[in-house]
Amino acid sequence: MAEHFLDITADSCPMTFVKAKLELEKLRPGENLEVRLRGSEPLENVPRSAREAGYRVEKVSENEDGTHTLILGA
Amino acid sequence: MAEDAPKKLSLIAFSGDFDKAVAAFTMASGAAAVNYEVHVFFTFWGLNIIKATKGRAFQGRGALAGAFNFLAGGPNNLPMTRLNMMGAAPRLMTRLTRKRRVATLTELFEASKALKVRFWACEMSMNILGLTKDDFISEVQDVIGVPKFLELSRGGETLFI
Repeated sequence: MAEHFLDITADSCPMTFVKAKLELEKLRPGENLEVRLRGSEPLENVPRSAREAGYRVEKVSENEDGTHTLILGA
Repeated sequence: MAEDAPKKLSLIAFSGDFDKAVAAFTMASGAAAVNYEVHVFFTFWGLNIIKATKGRAFQGRGALAGAFNFLAGGPNNLPMTRLNMMGAAPRLMTRLTRKRRVATLTELFEASKALKVRFWACEMSMNILGLTKDDFISEVQDVIGVPKFLELSRGGETLFI
């Protein structure tokens, strides 16, 4: 269960990455962020940039409506 | 770009046009969000984007500079490059942008600040326009010249907007 949740399914570049980055910066050690997103670009780049910034990508799953859910950890 | 190249983006914001400012802050906030170090060097008309006074004001040293600054205005007066419609276009474009759920110029600007994009003001342009650092928003790190900008941008990518 993630402590933080972010839905960027209605957002487009660059706010998908911007919102994810700002939300990640709120995490304390051990906390997780659940991100719901739509489209291939955020699916590719949100986890990659999170990893680069030192966060863990715990889980990536596809939802029935075509969106994806990521679990990112600090 | 090589894998080991520094993730650094430097923008020269020369234009004080609304649409070009949208492009500049889209690049700045997007790059900062994917862990780039981002610098924006505001020069000439680009200084209007970072004026602390958002509307028109006689500011700057001397009558001519005051007139130029009044006519150019601040961030609320940025014109569109095309189809400006006597200043109505930026407001209409902002409305359309919001309706399409795309970030507005204000949102991109605020995101850039939140992501610690570094803002720099051009000394030469400020001298021409009679402006001082106090005329700009507090997020402007410093007033710099070409050598300092080159030092800051070295090793990364630079765009002139």
